[in-house]
Parts: sequence; C-alpha cells; structure tokens
Amino acid sequence: MKQLLMALLLLVDLNMFATSRVDSLIRSAALQGAIVVCLVALSSVGGLSSVELAFLLVTGLVKAVCLPMVMFKALRSVGIRRELEPMIGYRKSLFVGLFAVGLSLWISVKLPMPPGVDDPMGLSVALLSMMAGMFLVVSRKKAISQAVGYLVMENGIYFMGPAVAVHHPLVVEAGVLLDLFVGVFVMGVIILHIRREFNHIDVDRLSELKD
Amino acid sequence: MIWIIVLLPFLSGVVGFVAPWPSVRNVTLVSVSLVHLLGVLSIWAGGYDLPVEGWIGCDGLSVFFLLVTSVLFFLGSFSTLAYLREHSFPNSRGAFSRESAFVGSMLMFLSTTTLAIVSHHTGVFWMAIEGTTLVTAPLIAYCRTPGALEAAWKYLLICSVGIAMALAGNTALAVSSLFSGGHEISLTFRDLAEHGGELDPLWLKISFAFILVGYGTKMGLAPMHTWLPDAHSEAPSPVSALLSGALCNCAFLGIARTGSILTGAGLESYWGSLTVAFGVVSVIIAGCMILRQSGFKRLLAYSSVEHMGILAIAVGSGAGAGGIFHALNHSLTKGSLFLAAGSVLSLYHTKAIASISGLIRVAPVTGAVWIAGFMSICGLPPFGTFFSEMMILSSLGAGERWIVMGALLLGLAMVFIGMWKAVISMVFGEAPSGADLPAGRAVVWEDLPPMILCGVALILGLWTPAPLWRLVESAAISMGGM
Repeated sequence: MKQLLMALLLLVDLNMFATSRVDSLIRSAALQGAIVVCLVALSSVGGLSSVELAFLLVTGLVKAVCLPMVMFKALRSVGIRRELEPMIGYRKSLFVGLFAVGLSLWISVKLPMPPGVDDPMGLSVALLSMMAGMFLVVSRKKAISQAVGYLVMENGIYFMGPAVAVHHPLVVEAGVLLDLFVGVFVMGVIILHIRREFNHIDVDRLSELKD
Repeated sequence: MIWIIVLLPFLSGVVGFVAPWPSVRNVTLVSVSLVHLLGVLSIWAGGYDLPVEGWIGCDGLSVFFLLVTSVLFFLGSFSTLAYLREHSFPNSRGAFSRESAFVGSMLMFLSTTTLAIVSHHTGVFWMAIEGTTLVTAPLIAYCRTPGALEAAWKYLLICSVGIAMALAGNTALAVSSLFSGGHEISLTFRDLAEHGGELDPLWLKISFAFILVGYGTKMGLAPMHTWLPDAHSEAPSPVSALLSGALCNCAFLGIARTGSILTGAGLESYWGSLTVAFGVVSVIIAGCMILRQSGFKRLLAYSSVEHMGILAIAVGSGAGAGGIFHALNHSLTKGSLFLAAGSVLSLYHTKAIASISGLIRVAPVTGAVWIAGFMSICGLPPFGTFFSEMMILSSLGAGERWIVMGALLLGLAMVFIGMWKAVISMVFGEAPSGADLPAGRAVVWEDLPPMILCGVALILGLWTPAPLWRLVESAAISMGGM
C-alpha cells in the first residue's frame, strides 16, 4: 500500500513538471496533498492517537480541499487557463523532472538512514516533491503557478520528517503552518491581479472601489 | 518578564487592528514600545547570565539583540507617527483599515522578533521567523502602489521559499538527533550543541546548508538577497529601518545559533567556511551593485547586503565580539539613514539620486545626519563601525585568512567609492528651484530619531560604556560556546 502510494506520488510530481494547464496543476497539488497525508498516517510507528488522527484529518482537509478550492477561485478571478510564458519550456521541464528523479534517488541512497528506517524510498519522493515545487516557483511566471509550486514544495517538506521517522511534534506539525502561507499567497495573487487590471488607472482609486 | 515583552506587543497588535480611533492606536504604539524598552533594560540590569532552561530564555546574545531591536523600535515608532500623519489615504482611518493594519502589524512585528530572539528551541525560532514574514508583508505593501505590491509579493515568495528551506533544515537536524542511540535529545540549541558528538555529521552538514540558505535569504545574504532592494526601497521608511536594523539580525541569530550546534559536533571549519563564502559573495555583489545604483533607498538596501556579508564573515571566521559590535553599529546607523531617507523623500518626492542636490541647504539638519550616517556606514574613523570593522579585519589577519581579507577590503573600497559619489552629489550643489521645497522644516519628530541613532553610533566610536561592552562580550561568548 505504502509503495503504491509512493509510486503514485512520483507520477503526480512528474506530471507537474510537464503540464501547461494551471487547473491540472492545482488538481495535481490537491492529489499530492491527499497522498502525502495518507503516507504520513501509514508511516507513523505504533498507531495514531486520536489527537494525531484529528490533526492529520485537518491537515488533509486543508491540503487537499481548502487550499485547492481557494486556488481555483483565484484562478477564475484571474481568468487564465494555461501557463503560456514559462521561463523554461515544457519539454525541457520534463527533462529536468527526470533528472530530479535520478538526483533524489541518488541522494536518498547515499544518506545514512536513522535506526528503524529500512527503506530510503520515502525520503526520495519527499525530496522529489520539494524539487518539483522549487522548480515551479523559479521557472513559472504566473503568480498563481508560483503559489501552487510553493504548496507542492511544502507538501514535500511535510512528508520529509515522517519519511525518515522524525517524531518531534514541533518540527513536524510546524509544517502545517506553512499552509497558512499558501493562503496568504493566494490572497496576494488576487491583489496582484487587481493591480494589473487597474494599472492604467490611478492607483488611489483602488481604495474607492473597495467600499 | 520575557513573556510580557512577547505577549504585550502581540495583544496590543490585536488592539491596533480593531481600534477605530487613530489616537488610541498611536498612543498604544508608543507606550508599548516604551514598556518593551523598559522591560529589556530591566532584564539587562537583572543578571541575564542565568542558564537558559527550556524553550524560552535570555542569554547574553538574546539580551544584546533585544536591546538593539527595542531601541530601534522605540525611536522608529515616533517616525511611524510622523509618517502616518503625512501619508493618510482615503478610507484608511477606521478599524481594520489600511492604517490600523499598519499599526497592528508594526506591533506584531515587535512581538515576533522578540520571540525569535528569546527562543532557544529550533522549532519555536522557526515559527517566530515565519511570523515576521507574515506581518511584514502588509507593512511593505502599505502604499499600495504597483511598486509596493510587487515588492511585497516578491518578499513573500522569496522569503517563504527560504523559510521552507529552513524547515527542511530543521527536519534534517531532527533526523541527525535520531542517531543518538536510544535516548531522546530535545531540539533546543543548547541540548543539541551539548550532545553534538552523538549527532550524525552528514545529516548535520545538510541541515546547516539548508538553514544557511533559508535564514540567509531572510538575512539578505547574496545570492538570495534579491527581495531586499525592492522591499527596502518600496516600504515606508520606518519599516525599512526596522527591516534592516532588526529583522536581518534575527535571521542572523538563527545561523549563529545553528552554527554553535555544529561547533559542538566538531564541524566548525565546515560551517565557518560555508558562512564566510556566502559573506564574501555578499560583500562583493553589494559593492558592484552600489557602484551603479541610481536610487538612494536601493543604495541603502544594498549596503545592508554588504553589512550582512561582513557579519557572516565575522561569525564564520570566529571574530565573535567584532561581529556583535558591528551588528550594533550597523543597526543604529542603518536605522538612522533609513529614517533620514524618509525625510529626503518627503522633501524631494523622488528616489533618484540624480535629481537631488543641495540637501544641506534645503534641510540642514537632515543633510548633516545624512553625511554623518554615510561616514558611519562606510566605516570612517570616529564612528563605531570603524572599530568593529578593524576588529574583524585584524581577526582575519591573525587567522592568516588573506584571501578573505583581500576580498573584504576590495568590497569595502567599492562600497566607499559608490556611496560617496552619490552622497556628494546629493548633499552639495545648488538646490533645485522646486516650489515644494520648504526652506527650513521644523518637523522635530522626523529629525530627532535619526539624529539620536547617529549620535549614539558616533559616541560608541569614541567611548563604549563598560556595561555595554560587557554585554557585547557576553553575547560573543554565548554565540561561541552555547
């Protein structure tokens, strides 16, 4: 089950390197969030307490439902469907993605695993998700794609701890706070959109429109 | 007492958001910053050398940076009042308005920076730094001009990628502690440094690399500094002063404290050389950018990149006391310069160096502060910066690190040339015959804070009070061997 989810995560990550449609990007990020939360639940040693379970459920809800919904809303208000002006073309992006798969596998095989972890696969998909997100942030021009990239990167970091059996609650659960950031980002996207829309008008009128 | 100086600004920040009356907000801002300053002074007076237990505490390093932040915020709060009076927008007066969000975010900024400085747990520190990013974005975007919005967006994006990197670094740190062979190590800086030998060195190295890049982004080390010139040049001047003088120090603290963990594990040459390398790159890049800079606020922002580089070189090469003293001088001077830059901006209504001249005739006080501030920031002799830079350079000489020393001197020379080219053309010459240049202004609240800050920087060069020097040394000790 765990192996299957990890393979699925790898495919989702690769898809994000290659797709030009922003809505498919958001859907991939939502799916990724759901997979990551399931993986975290599966990799907890000795079962989950009810508090931990509640925490995970909330995280899953935020990652897989709330944030994608907000992003779709932002997408509608921005009115774009495709990322048409990437810094790096889609074919090249796919090659970068394949390279990232190799790199993350190589790194996770090289690193010493802490006692109790026998499989470096979890670490390597976590690293791959981080790289995918990082790549989206630096290689896409649309603010909304950058925000999705940040969410993707954040999912990777969130999974990185459980993948190598870290159970320090403050470090692991602090990752949830990063979700807050994504929300702020999306608000920023909307503001940025407003800016572009009203660029030709005096900016002071923005405060008049508000009321 | 520590909880008071963290929670009081936070709660009053909430008041700032919801209070519909500007006068209440302004009184809250000034009085809370005064209480914060008094609290910090009382911590300083009442023996800060107590060992830190748990997640929150004050060692010498904390008290030192608390003092710097608190003084800067107290003086900056008066400039904020002056700024808000001059920059009032329509519909910006009631509760949850633009102005109330500004005052509220300012107070939250004080709270989160304080929490970052006093926290000794890697996770708590990380959360505090994340908090500072959240509350400074609205501060930068205050004017809502396209430039300000773009700067705020860039700031949010770049700093949160940085903060995410730092979280990955914290996770790696936690992984390295799993190799301790059974017994649990709490993730406080002190515990990790004490058990340094039991941590896994490879994971530790990875963790430091992530944390250096992560917090280095926030601190403004090149090449991750790209948000800084935009944010510092577009933000309101009191905010720029706090970003440069207080926020960069907090991020620096994260790097220094993580470095002490690596020192505990016997990896000091690894983290030292990595930090010095980033420092040298920062100084050189800042020098190049300052030489070709056309806006004076961007000039000041690049100067922050330069000084953060110097700080990184100092802490990486083991010049602890010099670095700490330099941080103090830099914060005071840069605070003074950014506040003075606000006056220059409101006099000339432009950020372009080329269209400003005759500052000393238009506004003699601001002109004098401007010259003195630039003398201090370039490290000219009577100012404290000269002595801290000499301490760092002589420590590099004692360690026979000639290449680093040469690169640092080259960077300093480039900065010196670039800055004085700009300053001389701004301060001297004929004043432009614009109608909106008032002959002599009497805005005491605007001129007094930068004067005080600059004066203190001058006094520190001539005479450092013994308690302050003891604090600097104690901070250097707690940075070196926690």
